[in-house]
Amino acid sequence: MDIKEIIKPENLVHQRTSLMTDATLSYCPGCGHGTVHHLVMEVVEEMEIQEQTIGIAPVGCSVLAYDFMDIDMSQAAHGRAPAVATGIKRLWPDKFVFTYQGDGDLAAIGTAETIHACNRGEDITIIFINNGIYGMTGGQMAPTTLEGMKSSTSPYGRDLQSMGHPLKITELVAQLPGTNFVTRQAVHKPGNVRKTKKAIRKAFEVQREKKGMSFIEIVSNCNSGWKMSPNESNVWMEEHMFPSYPLGDMKVDGKIVKDLMKDLV
Amino acid sequence: MGKMRGAIVVDNERCKGCEVCMVNCPADTIAMASEVNGKGYHYAYMEKPETCTGCANCSIVCPDGVITVYRVKA
Ligand SMILES: Cc1ncc(C[n+]2csc(CCOP(=O)(O)OP(=O)(O)O)c2C)c(N)n1
Ligand code: SF4
Ligand code: SF4
Ligand code: SF4
Ligand SMILES: [Mg+2]
Repeated sequence: MDIKEIIKPENLVHQRTSLMTDATLSYCPGCGHGTVHHLVMEVVEEMEIQEQTIGIAPVGCSVLAYDFMDIDMSQAAHGRAPAVATGIKRLWPDKFVFTYQGDGDLAAIGTAETIHACNRGEDITIIFINNGIYGMTGGQMAPTTLEGMKSSTSPYGRDLQSMGHPLKITELVAQLPGTNFVTRQAVHKPGNVRKTKKAIRKAFEVQREKKGMSFIEIVSNCNSGWKMSPNESNVWMEEHMFPSYPLGDMKVDGKIVKDLMKDLV
Repeated sequence: MGKMRGAIVVDNERCKGCEVCMVNCPADTIAMASEVNGKGYHYAYMEKPETCTGCANCSIVCPDGVITVYRVKA
């Protein structure tokens, strides 16, 4: 069969959602941020809620998310996205409101906003991209940086004695009564992409039903910060990040579905 | 179900040459062009078009969303 017979509109299986703008993504080649952007917009498109959805961009590599997603968006000071989202959601309780935040934004400078928005049970969705590093500013150590992991501010690797332990903030928020759906996913392989999309859909459904906070961590790569090629970084992520940040649902319909204490220590 | 034949169209100028699609193609269809695009990236292309099943794995993992996938029953 000739390729021209296959490439016809009626045979279309998948293409970039029209809810992504035409702007070229500012991310490094192979960075998971772009993959997650597309998934969030695909879910918004499938739910037909483009006019009702408001996103909050963070400070970090994804600070320009509002240029890429064709929905209403705001941008918050570093770490404050859950507070801004809280205000917007309380003004417009029937809108779908989500934050999009990196690990430095959410688990370092924004720890208080994260914990308290989760504890208050705000009807918002938090999308948390954990790449174990401050990507945007040049690969400094984050609270999420693994033991022994090199960064520009831990050039000999993170030393637990002097630099503390990796912060598993998702296991923490899963234990708060205000969270309804808490999960950890990835987007480096097709199977993971499909699961993450399902999780984003579920999170928005939880929001529709006003059941409380839905929180999705996505363990992702920062190939520039980790100083690897994209595919090397994805292999490294599986070998090193996943044992510390195991994938899967932690809380579903307000019930903890996993032995969180086992994963915390 | 009969055998599926697929094809992809890569937006060459927007491809960043990350190779994530290539390693995630179960049919080994994709390779990176020896030429570069306007940004200097070796873009992805169907090296073995006859092997593509139209599974869309490549397009859903592409961080830049530059692959379009088509599929027909052969
Ligand atoms: C109040 C304030 N403090 C510090 C900074 C510098 N800064 C910009 S981005 C960033 C960290 C971003 O890391 P992360 O949230 O993990 O996002 P990534 O780039 O890794 O996606 C920091 C510390 C800032 N912009 N504002
Ligand atoms: S610096 Fe890291 S997180 Fe930022 S765009 Fe590049 S790979 Fe992605
Ligand atoms: S559609 Fe599937 S088989 Fe075809 S190139 Fe993409 S990943 Fe390979
Ligand atoms: S995944 Fe996308 S950007 Fe990366 S090489 Fe393939 S087509 Fe290009
Ligand atoms: Mg980060």
